[in-house]
Amino acid sequence: MADALTIAGQELSSRLLLGTGGLPRLSLLDDVLDAADPGLVTVSIRRTSGTGPGSLLDTLQRRGIRILPNTAGCLSAREAVLTARLAREALETDWVKLEVIGDEASLLPDALGLVEAAEELVRDGFVVLPYAPADPVLARRLADAGCAAVMPLGSPIGSGLGLLDPLAVESVVAAVDVPVVLDAGIGAPSDAALAMELGCAAVLAATAVTRADDPVEMARAMRLGVDAGRAARLAGRIPRRATARASSPVLGRVG
Amino acid sequence: MRITLNGRVEERSPTTRVADLLPDPRGCAVAVNGQVVPREHHAAHLLADGDVVEVVTAVQGG
Repeated sequence: MADALTIAGQELSSRLLLGTGGLPRLSLLDDVLDAADPGLVTVSIRRTSGTGPGSLLDTLQRRGIRILPNTAGCLSAREAVLTARLAREALETDWVKLEVIGDEASLLPDALGLVEAAEELVRDGFVVLPYAPADPVLARRLADAGCAAVMPLGSPIGSGLGLLDPLAVESVVAAVDVPVVLDAGIGAPSDAALAMELGCAAVLAATAVTRADDPVEMARAMRLGVDAGRAARLAGRIPRRATARASSPVLGRVG
Repeated sequence: MRITLNGRVEERSPTTRVADLLPDPRGCAVAVNGQVVPREHHAAHLLADGDVVEVVTAVQGG
């Protein structure tokens, strides 16, 4: 596929990645996935409630979509590493979206715990995609540790505030050779388009789609936003200027 | 014997194995005392008094 996103040697079918958390009804999932056509979807790992495997996995496995388990809610490297290992066993995938949360109110990542957990999981053969602050120095440390991508946050998880610091995201893109996936904070397709225009390789959206008034229509809009932003990145936007530059000919004006 | 299963203390027979806790192991994983027990060992792994067992699966999440 032309202009395909490749992570850890695996070609993904789309640059929109989708979180499954927050849907008001699981019965919406099929329609949301049809509309978003995501390259992969994330799931969380939680204690069983005794009901056996739910229709979530059934739906995802029936569709053959790549599943990326996360370590959401883990507050230490130790918890995140154990959760990743459980996810690998449960879902038979080496891929993990690594989250080590440093603060339960802001849900911001713990950078030190993140590097520690990433190093251990890479040694253990995982394909690690760390959810990280938008910091080029940390991004390089994570890439050097062997992470397959880095996932800088645009703004806090679930906030819908978009990209609060576009320059920081751009500097992460410039700092690493691995794909940069904008994660967290997306509120609308314009945010996703901006992330892609800044050079992100993909966007992960969850709440922005699943908690929209109409998740299916927002999934479609988000897909258009990602595609538009990617196309714009490849097309090369004009430089910003402080002054006007006429687009109509100066010669031949009446009068 | 007593084990802690997903945070709850339970009384179980001393012959309980990991597989006995999992009526349907599809999409599930088990850790005993912080170590993952691979699927192929579920039938043989005998639990001990005081074991802390986590049984997890995938749920909707970002």
